[in-house]
Amino acid sequence: MFTSAELAVQGALDAGARYADARVVVSLSESINVQNQNLDRVDRSEHVGVGVRALIGSSWGFAATPDLSASAVRSAGARAAGIAGASRLVPGPPVEFADVPVTQATWETPFTEDPFSVALSEKVDMLVEVTATMQAVAGVEIATGSLAFWDTNTWFASSQGHRIHQHLVESGGGFDATAIGEHETQRRSYPQSFGQFETGGYETVRAWEYQANARRIAEEAVALLHAPEMDERETALVLEGSQLALQIHESVGHAIELDRILGWEAAFAGTSHLELSELGTHRYGSELMNITADATLPGALGTFGFDDEGTPAASVDIVRDGIWVGVLSGRDSAAIAGLTPGGMVRADGYNRLPMVRMTNVGLQPGSGTLEEIIAETDDGVYMSTNRSWSIDDRRLNFQFGCEIAWEIENGELTRMLKNPTYTGITPQFWGTLDRLAGRSEWVHWGTPNCGKGQPIQVAHTGHSASPARFSNVRVGVKG
Amino acid sequence: MTDPRHLVDTVLEIVGARADAEAVADVGTSALTRFANSFIHQNVSEDVAEVTLRVAVEGRVSSATTTATTPDGLAAFVGDTIDIATHRPPDAEWPGFGGRTDYPDVDHWDAATAHAHPTARAEAVRAFVAAGDGTAAAGYCRTEAHDVAYGNTLGRSAAGRYTTAIVDGIHQTPTSAGSGHGAGRALGAIDAASVGALAAARARDSVAAYDVKPGEYEVVLSPECVATIAVFLDAYGFNAKVAQDGMSFVEPGEQQFDGSIDIWDDASDPEALFVASDTEGTPKRRVDLVRGGETVSLVHDRRTAHRDGVESTGHATAAGDVSGPLGTNVFVGGGDASVEEMIASIDRGIYVATFNYCRVLDPKSLVVTGLTRNGTFMIENGSITGAVTTMRFTQSFIGALAPGRVRGIGSDGRFADSEFGPTMVHAPSMQLASWNFTGGAEG
Repeated sequence: MFTSAELAVQGALDAGARYADARVVVSLSESINVQNQNLDRVDRSEHVGVGVRALIGSSWGFAATPDLSASAVRSAGARAAGIAGASRLVPGPPVEFADVPVTQATWETPFTEDPFSVALSEKVDMLVEVTATMQAVAGVEIATGSLAFWDTNTWFASSQGHRIHQHLVESGGGFDATAIGEHETQRRSYPQSFGQFETGGYETVRAWEYQANARRIAEEAVALLHAPEMDERETALVLEGSQLALQIHESVGHAIELDRILGWEAAFAGTSHLELSELGTHRYGSELMNITADATLPGALGTFGFDDEGTPAASVDIVRDGIWVGVLSGRDSAAIAGLTPGGMVRADGYNRLPMVRMTNVGLQPGSGTLEEIIAETDDGVYMSTNRSWSIDDRRLNFQFGCEIAWEIENGELTRMLKNPTYTGITPQFWGTLDRLAGRSEWVHWGTPNCGKGQPIQVAHTGHSASPARFSNVRVGVKG
Repeated sequence: MTDPRHLVDTVLEIVGARADAEAVADVGTSALTRFANSFIHQNVSEDVAEVTLRVAVEGRVSSATTTATTPDGLAAFVGDTIDIATHRPPDAEWPGFGGRTDYPDVDHWDAATAHAHPTARAEAVRAFVAAGDGTAAAGYCRTEAHDVAYGNTLGRSAAGRYTTAIVDGIHQTPTSAGSGHGAGRALGAIDAASVGALAAARARDSVAAYDVKPGEYEVVLSPECVATIAVFLDAYGFNAKVAQDGMSFVEPGEQQFDGSIDIWDDASDPEALFVASDTEGTPKRRVDLVRGGETVSLVHDRRTAHRDGVESTGHATAAGDVSGPLGTNVFVGGGDASVEEMIASIDRGIYVATFNYCRVLDPKSLVVTGLTRNGTFMIENGSITGAVTTMRFTQSFIGALAPGRVRGIGSDGRFADSEFGPTMVHAPSMQLASWNFTGGAEG
């Protein structure tokens, strides 16, 4: 496959590009969906093709084709150069390209059980049984379970001499129960909303013990129909780990993307409340807040060996003791900002342009346990599992809804509450982080549905988190 | 370029007598020129050649998609798909494939757009940027051309083609932004300079934006905002699977909306986009969703139709087994008011250019939270008196259009950039009695 990538690069160079790179990608995915013990869908997709980038002057072009014949691949390279030429009609400032090691390497996700080799019947049977267990709880109307797997091989070549083969394996899934009232629905999910996804094989699915948790989840969904609504007030908020992971994703992960900070996403994904001039001095949160972007974490969903520009995976400090110190960047964006490229440029398949994406943007753990945090809280609420999320284009004003909450009174969980929400402003919210559980409850939560870019791209990102407490948060916002 | 009909025929031939099967082939090009800080920074084009196959072996069903369309690739693809089907349990609700049928004469195609050169998109970008007069521009110009074919082993066969073109973006000052939007079948029909000029005007008019107190305000919503309301009603309400799951607000025959509200889905409308059949080869039928404020009906695919004992309306989607059918040619009926007339009738209210990041808090009541973006203006005593900063809202989209709540509908219907994109909904501006703003961007 390197030959095809090299032909694409050569096609671009021959057409006048001063730099070119190409990725031949063979990606296989499988998804399985069960609802109420019926297998609704089993789907496999295979996407094979080459995508090539060409740089002429200060302008980029990108072309992709599923046709891997020599003529088509070379033509794609030439087309990328032609598109770069058209870009020069509305040119920008000179493009610098930060140096990275020119590497010839291979890298593979460590895994035990190839998820595509596990019998389909085993995977389906497991989901059918889980939904049966949930349906056995009176009041559950909809019980769904799903699994998804990805196997992606990429051969990357650049005009600078990169030759990298990478094989990523990702697995995950989850289930949920929905109870329906007269004018409302209540849902509970496990391991988290949209499921939990990791790099690795089917062993990652087994580890979550779906069946052992199915009945509890179903009972909680039904109980929520009869639970009281949360009152609107300011109070201490304890977040379960997966909800905190999404909080990190939305209010930190996107805000620190250098392309957003530079304005490249202004019209769609948005910009950022952060300004480069404040890097190293801006207080993002309390001193308990230490965020890293670490693409080397074993098992986390945003882990790989090299990004789609050939930059080696790295761990980068983003927030240290509450101070903003790092960004997510690629070779061109880092050069503009005068920073070292972080190896965070990835594409959603051969036919998409690599762009700055999160890797594993996680909150380093503190100490103690969730149980201890609750015991130390006189008055507050504990919220778990995301139900809705909304944040403005600068990643400043957010409102999250969770599936379930409990009041905390005098150090104990008391009443279950339904339709919990909380809202806040990013730096103010993170500034109230006053308690953070330790490594024993630190989980590499995976987000499989991060949308960004035009045409839209969906990235798989990781967010390590343990439960945490925030003070004086506005909760219970209603429509 | 590969003929999609040939791909479909080849795949079905490989399937042979081993299974019942349907195949959809999509062949074409998709190109997008993106700009930010007033220059083109991303510029992409891809050849599309993709086949989706669904097979049924004695009620055991599987589906698969591939871009590997070489003879060897297709042979392996078909073999794997059949193998997966034979190893799964029967689908208790499998409705089977559809038989031969007729299709409306629809050809939403523009040859110039289909063959648009990168320079044509760059020229549109240049016109959008130039309209700004010193403001910074960001956005995109997209052209797509698709030939789509469908075939199944019962003899159903359909083919169609379509083009789409979009010019969409913002102009920015250091403290504000405004948006402009254009979409349709033909790039040549979009005046990129006008789209850019509207964005620039909104940006300039928003420079001195101020915070306003949260609360209920009468509003005038742009076509973009109305399109987002409509697409949420579409996906979370008129989707028959959602209704069958008991999650929809829809109550056919009930006056759930103001009498001025008409919403329908019609792929054969001269202004519509996309092809005349769905992913199951069913002709897309015009469906009245709301007529005179009364909820009329749902959209169906073959599975939901089978459950309800009705005919599919032709609204199957690629992942419809999980997410259900969806209207993709949604029209919101227009009125006779101008935006200026609607604003003139308001003592104190807010004009909103676009919604952003809308998320459903409860699907059954369709309570949604989201934010305003790229142009939000205060209305006082019948006039725009200034710009306001980003505001968060939490609002039932059904309640917003409830009987007596719609005070005006614009005559400015067009394809509008909804939360699901700019090609699904054709909508006008609308004046609503109240909208619940719950906070500002800064707290």
